Amino acid sequence: MTAVTLAGAEADPRRRLRALASQEALLAIAVIGLAIAVGLYNPRFLAARNLSDVLLGNAYIAVAAVGMSMVIVSGNIDISVGALIGVLATISGTLAVNGAPIVVAWLAALVAGVLVMALQGVIIAYLRIPAIVVTLGMLSILKGGLISVTGGKWITDLPDSFHLADIEIFGALPFPVFLMILVTILAALWMRYTASGRAIYAVGGNAEAARLCGISQPRTVVMVFALHGLFAGAAALLYATQLRVIQSTVPPNLELTIITASVVGGVSILGGVGTVVGSTLAAVLIAEIASALVFTDVSPYWIRAVQGVLILATVIADILRRRRMAGA
Amino acid sequence: MMTDTQTEVPSAPLLSVHAIEKSFPGVRALSGVSFEAARGEVHALLGENGAGKSTLIKIISGVFPPDRGEVLVDGRQVDLARPDDARRAGIATIYQELLLFPELTVAENIFMGHAPRAGLGRIDWRAMREKTNALLASLEIHDLQAERVVGSLIVGNRQRVEILRALSQDARILIMDEPTAALTEYDVTRLFDIVRKLKARGVAVIYISHRLDEIFAIADRVTVLRDGAHVATKRVADTDAAELVQLMVGRRIESLFPKITVPIGKPVLEVKDLERRPLTKSASLSVRAGEIVGLAGLVGSGRSELAQTIFGVTPAEDGEIRIAGRQVDIRSPAQARSLGVAYVPEDRGTQGLVRPMTVRENFSLAALGKVAFGGFIDRGAERKLAGDGVKRFAVKTSSLEQIAGKLSGGNQQKIVLGKWLANGPKLLILDEPTRGIDVGAKAEIHRLMGELAAQGLAILMISSELPEVLGMSDRVLVMREGRIVAEFSREDATQESVGAAMMGSHAKAEKAA
Repeated sequence: MTAVTLAGAEADPRRRLRALASQEALLAIAVIGLAIAVGLYNPRFLAARNLSDVLLGNAYIAVAAVGMSMVIVSGNIDISVGALIGVLATISGTLAVNGAPIVVAWLAALVAGVLVMALQGVIIAYLRIPAIVVTLGMLSILKGGLISVTGGKWITDLPDSFHLADIEIFGALPFPVFLMILVTILAALWMRYTASGRAIYAVGGNAEAARLCGISQPRTVVMVFALHGLFAGAAALLYATQLRVIQSTVPPNLELTIITASVVGGVSILGGVGTVVGSTLAAVLIAEIASALVFTDVSPYWIRAVQGVLILATVIADILRRRRMAGA
Repeated sequence: MMTDTQTEVPSAPLLSVHAIEKSFPGVRALSGVSFEAARGEVHALLGENGAGKSTLIKIISGVFPPDRGEVLVDGRQVDLARPDDARRAGIATIYQELLLFPELTVAENIFMGHAPRAGLGRIDWRAMREKTNALLASLEIHDLQAERVVGSLIVGNRQRVEILRALSQDARILIMDEPTAALTEYDVTRLFDIVRKLKARGVAVIYISHRLDEIFAIADRVTVLRDGAHVATKRVADTDAAELVQLMVGRRIESLFPKITVPIGKPVLEVKDLERRPLTKSASLSVRAGEIVGLAGLVGSGRSELAQTIFGVTPAEDGEIRIAGRQVDIRSPAQARSLGVAYVPEDRGTQGLVRPMTVRENFSLAALGKVAFGGFIDRGAERKLAGDGVKRFAVKTSSLEQIAGKLSGGNQQKIVLGKWLANGPKLLILDEPTRGIDVGAKAEIHRLMGELAAQGLAILMISSELPEVLGMSDRVLVMREGRIVAEFSREDATQESVGAAMMGSHAKAEKAA
């Protein structure tokens, strides 16, 4: 590689090409490319109704993946989020059914989400216990607690006003999709343009260097988990209100789908690298693939295997990239 | 072939290392090193940090092959491509970091990989225990049981387990890398007893140590390495500490160090009786504006620990720190930073650079407060800050958006240095500022240090390279075993005086005599 002292720091034409090769660009191309390809095979796939259903039904995964991406960038992981979404949805639904003001029911999910995640952040950051252990414990507590408390009963008869999914922004955009876009943009701006956002990358990239620069790793980790809890609360509301009932279970392996979205979106499992734009695009891509399987008459059970291939390919690419970097 | 008629040193050497050369990218680690060790000889290898001792023993242990040269055992050339080849040639190495399995027993550790077998590949536990006991008895070790779990042993006993493991593989050549570094005095005595027993059995011991008194106590001959080259091999009986120090450090001072004479101002840092056990003991020093103070000492003498205590990484337990005359109680790096202290750590990989971040992001990391307003980073200001740094430090990078981890070591070091200066510090602590970087980048960093001092910055520089310390410093402090033991003005600081203070009282006494 030819190295130049500051030469062309502003306008390196190769940089534009490299920007195109970024994970986000690749994902955007994949999302559009897949839509066209499947559309050619089965035009019904491209029907507005289907595309809207795909987004509506999966926006909550993208919202949760935004928080998950922050957690992974900070050098941690959270496998409790799937169970937490189930618990938060039940809390919110129970309040709504029992006559609490709707706004209170919504806020309860957000507040409880922040509290549970912040607690985990404190245990991870201040007691220095690996995130995988702490969140595995929380996963069991939440899952077991949920099924015991609800006795497996579904919540029905939710008031109509509870259903966020029915709200349309600007008369056309369903609220879940709007929220997914809004959360992604705000989080992306925050991570890119603020000092506290930069701290996440520093802590995940080299905790020791960050500490010497006066960035507190524990504080950053707790902040990240608290935000992750807020987004998990929002995701739970979207999940709770997309059907007319709230089940006392969540989709199996929901946390793995969320982690897959983050990782396929370009968030390095080793921390320090990644964007939430990538994870949202990846969440959309995964949902699109699941739908595409149906429209191309492939068994939808293949979606798990496809996710597996995606996650392995991304992680291997990431590790190889890092190794090349280390060798330079 | 050397014909040696000495009675103590038989003519056919057990181990003969001949004209070894080894280069790593950008560094010539060894250039034509030769030495020999006879049966029953303790042969010491001596040299400063970076003299090539570690590389040499790694070649003899088969960790990596030499570029040129050969190793002979019993007069026959052996091909040491892998550690296993060395083991089969009868060479065993005991590294400073003991390579044991803490959860397994003494016997299991000793026979890991070559356990006695009963039928069907089963491990013969009884034979293993008996052999272990026989080994223990042969070295008269009575406070170690075959069934003990290694993790529960003290360091001295763990080391004995490693020695037994080497003997269980019939090692005839035993390499010990700084074996006493972590030992208590009592364990050192016991180690020497064992070494003497091995000697009596005809084992050749290659003994690496910084401690001259140990070399005089245990070694027959000593080979001195300097900058990867063989300087001399002496019979211990024919030399003294002063001569060895002279041989170790006596290299020409390269004219690479453009320390400009600048007016020295008021004290910026004053430290009095600073304590942080175990490695900082009652340290007192001062650094003035415009002054470069060199902190010399061997690895492990507590220099980095002192720096980290001043910087608040490991806050002081007792003592006084004054910054610009004001007494302060530094509890964290963030606080030290706000007081105008900057610290460029020794290990830029783990402590200094965030490798996945861009050059721009690394430059601004310690100065985010200066480019962020209300928590929002001003991209323009950040780019300017990073761009200025790149220009000032002549960082060779294709752009500000280059991933910092992809740059060369010298350029990474410049970024780490520049990152701290972006904050406008009053005191700069540099820990091994030029370790592992090429000569060109080194000269640039030295030039910068001179310029910074000229601008009134107070600089405390830790360095293990004596020429660098002597060339750059207005004053030289020497640290040993957690204490500052000597201070020299620029005029009085010579390789010999500083080297002797680094090595300890023994060397000084020898020199005085």
